[in-house]
Amino acid sequence: MDQINHIIPELYLSISIMGLLMIGVFYKNCANFIYQSSLVVLLIAFILIFINPIDKSLFLFNNSYKIDYLSSLMKGITLISAFFVMLSSYDYVKTIGINKIEYPILILSSVLGMIVMIGSYDLMVFYIGLELQSLALYVLASFNIDNTRSSEAGLKYFVLSALSSGLLLYGCSLIYGFTNSTNFDVIAFNLDKLNFGSTFGIVFILVGLAFKISAVPFHMWAPDVYEGSPTSITSFFSIVPKIAALTVFIRFLYVPFISLIDHWQMIIVFISISSMILGAVAAIGQNNIKRLMAYSSIGHIGFVLAGLSIGTNEGIQSSIIYLFIYLVMNLGMFTCIFMMKRKNIFYENIEELSGLSKNHPVISICLLIFLFSLAGIPPLAGFFAKFYIFMSVIKSEMYFLAIIGLLTTVVSAFYYLRIVKIIYFDEPKESFDISTNYGLKISLILSTLLILAYFVYPSSLIEFISNINLI
Amino acid sequence: MNFPILSFIIFFPLIGALFILFIKNNPENNNLNARYVAIFTSFTNFALTIYLWFLFDNLSSDFQFVENREWLRGYVNFRLGIDGISIFFILLTALIIPICVLSVISSIKSRLKEFLVTLLVLETLMIGVFCSLDLVIFYLFFEGGLIPMFLIIGIWGGPRRVYSAFKFFLFTLLGSVLLLIAIISIYWITGTTDFVQLYQLKIPVEYQYILWLAFFSSFAVKMPMWPVHTWLPDAHVEAPTAGSVVLAAILLKMAGYGFIRFSLGLFPVASHYFTPLIFSLSIVAILYTSLVALMQDDMKKLIAYSSVAHMGFVTLGIFTLTHQGLEGSIYQMISHGLISSALFLSVGMLYDRVHSRLISTYGGLVNIVPKYSILFMIFTLGALGLPGTSGFVGEFLILIGVFKINILIAVLASFGVIFAAAYMLWLYKRVIFGKLKNKELNNISDLNKTEIFILSSLSILIIFFGIYPDPIFNTIKVSISHLIENYNYNLTVYLSNLNN
Repeated sequence: MDQINHIIPELYLSISIMGLLMIGVFYKNCANFIYQSSLVVLLIAFILIFINPIDKSLFLFNNSYKIDYLSSLMKGITLISAFFVMLSSYDYVKTIGINKIEYPILILSSVLGMIVMIGSYDLMVFYIGLELQSLALYVLASFNIDNTRSSEAGLKYFVLSALSSGLLLYGCSLIYGFTNSTNFDVIAFNLDKLNFGSTFGIVFILVGLAFKISAVPFHMWAPDVYEGSPTSITSFFSIVPKIAALTVFIRFLYVPFISLIDHWQMIIVFISISSMILGAVAAIGQNNIKRLMAYSSIGHIGFVLAGLSIGTNEGIQSSIIYLFIYLVMNLGMFTCIFMMKRKNIFYENIEELSGLSKNHPVISICLLIFLFSLAGIPPLAGFFAKFYIFMSVIKSEMYFLAIIGLLTTVVSAFYYLRIVKIIYFDEPKESFDISTNYGLKISLILSTLLILAYFVYPSSLIEFISNINLI
Repeated sequence: MNFPILSFIIFFPLIGALFILFIKNNPENNNLNARYVAIFTSFTNFALTIYLWFLFDNLSSDFQFVENREWLRGYVNFRLGIDGISIFFILLTALIIPICVLSVISSIKSRLKEFLVTLLVLETLMIGVFCSLDLVIFYLFFEGGLIPMFLIIGIWGGPRRVYSAFKFFLFTLLGSVLLLIAIISIYWITGTTDFVQLYQLKIPVEYQYILWLAFFSSFAVKMPMWPVHTWLPDAHVEAPTAGSVVLAAILLKMAGYGFIRFSLGLFPVASHYFTPLIFSLSIVAILYTSLVALMQDDMKKLIAYSSVAHMGFVTLGIFTLTHQGLEGSIYQMISHGLISSALFLSVGMLYDRVHSRLISTYGGLVNIVPKYSILFMIFTLGALGLPGTSGFVGEFLILIGVFKINILIAVLASFGVIFAAAYMLWLYKRVIFGKLKNKELNNISDLNKTEIFILSSLSILIIFFGIYPDPIFNTIKVSISHLIENYNYNLTVYLSNLNN
């Protein structure tokens, strides 16, 4: 019973999911109610995370579940970003008519899966969480059943993701075979440096995880799925699952596999460099803003992995900081994409933004800030994200990685600038509908302020993150 | 702690910009309120910097008005301060911006409000560059300036504005990412990025060469030095007048400032080692771009190429590491800031009337716009370095400095002065004198009161500093001596270690 106290947020979330499902089944026309109450559920779960003191670490259920600072922080961030994604996409979901009762419930279950993933300290628990979140996401990707692209996206995502889950599971079984356990600590203890069998296991697990965060060379699904899915789900994809996947990445690399750092470091460096390069180069020719965001997210994941590849606490911390700032920028970008609406039709082509600055000066300034921040230009928050990564990378004297990273920054600046050019330099088109939705406004203003004002007090994030010491 | 005057000077334009942002757009009276706020903000800031100059202690080589705030905890403190080298760049910035604001009001028709906001934000960033005492803070302001400049060229520029804006942005960004790597490396090598401490700490010699090159890559693009100068003519031609003025008068000076402050101050051994490289690039810049300038048919492009040549003199002077050379370089930068902005403003005023920048459109203006012709004459003579104008003092000192080091280089550089006379006088002859070929020119009006105010105040400054340069030299002398002593000391220590 004592252990139950510590998983109150998880329990609360699962009970709410079931409760909302019951309400949805027995009452008609309650889709709006369920959507709104799931927003409340996410907020309450967020508060529940921080009820217990978060800076102690303890193991639950035969050491298969861990509550510590890292997991509590990441759970909180997952919940709050899911909240903002749902808040900002409410208008979109209602407009294109996918506001069915299943939609918020699936999102909540996927969030539950992520939270279990974040807390997992055992291969089995981890896999259960992973599958829960993935299954919900498959359905969500194909949620717009009237649209063939959406179905295609869902199917594509399902097939490829199932394949990667298979590889991951195979890796888990190899690890189990060579170490006799699924518990992270025991694996770390039993892992034999000289045994290349376990290295194979690690490689398979890394492949599975790299697929989930869409790192090159396992990124092929991302552009199609991002483009085909309903935009609300694209924004969810590009923000929320990355937190859980990154946490698991950190856990795997730095708890069970830390002794084999020589074996996996080169893999991560390679994935990181290729993601940065592909993310920068492939996005140049894109005209669909969702597809462009997919490539941009691949590039940013490259930077996150650059921080992870180092094998120091600073590296982990810089990755987490990068991810947080990236989440805020992405949230802002997608909030703006949700505003690209004329007469209840949403547009995705970048050209539709042309001359936006004349018709919608406020949105344009926000977009300008997000785009320059994504490009990493000071004094916006995106610069600090890159700055921390390069601080830790250069500290470990991996100059090669730093130089590649900075050069891709320049290349990727080009396509962000291209959007700025379309917004500010081109002739205006028909103006968009003026949105009166409060959710959109709140997310837009909040993310803009966070990005813009970050330089006033840049140590704010470090103070949270510096408690994360895994090594 | 005293009143944080530097922070105030840096952030006051930003506050003004925010204020303008919230003023309602009012096209009927051409944004009267926004114009007043912009004029008020920029002139107040100029007055404040003048006041700062009065407070400044000429006899101290230390940094003054130092402010220190905790910022990036554990890594970087927000440190501001000025010495004799930086104060004139701040004054120049604070002087140029009100002039731009005044000139913009009559020449920019669309989105005036946004332009004023961008200009004021740019002022904040530029003053920040010259005030910062920490490499990271410097980088923050240095790079941040790209955003408003990109918008100024791209939104209010000419027909090829998109190409030029992108070229400007990407060239400069590519140069400065290496600067960022170098700054972070310095942090891990020495444990600080505060360059007042770094002057004392000394960066190990084996790192100096590569770090120097990284800094050089950024400053060379910004300066711009040959062969990475190609973005400048494009940016100048397409930018609106005020954009060209800011670009020529201040943004280029950031690189010269960076060379003096960082390349010499932090990496004396490497600076000594790479001096031949700088000399040859500068000589190529002076001779080659002067010749290129001679053949331009676009007035703005001609002035842009002449800027590259003048900046070649500046780099030459900086790396002579003599009192004359360094003081001359700083003087040349300030004088070039005044003269080039005056030239760009003059060209812009013609452009506003005739809508052409081609030299061939003009000719015989002297009878139609006599006031303009007189003022333009002063600026032309200033640009070619006639004694009695501020352009002469700088070039003369630089040439003296170079003569002390290397006579061949000095002789070659002197050719640059002759070329400058050639292209400037030829430009003046073709535009102002000769027969009036173009009938449209008959109808243009002479300068109005605002324009006369702008141009004559600049010409007064140009002549004043040409005749009486002491106010500037008195202020920079001590800091320059300190810099050179420090440099020579470091170099001797290194060389004697090498011999042992």
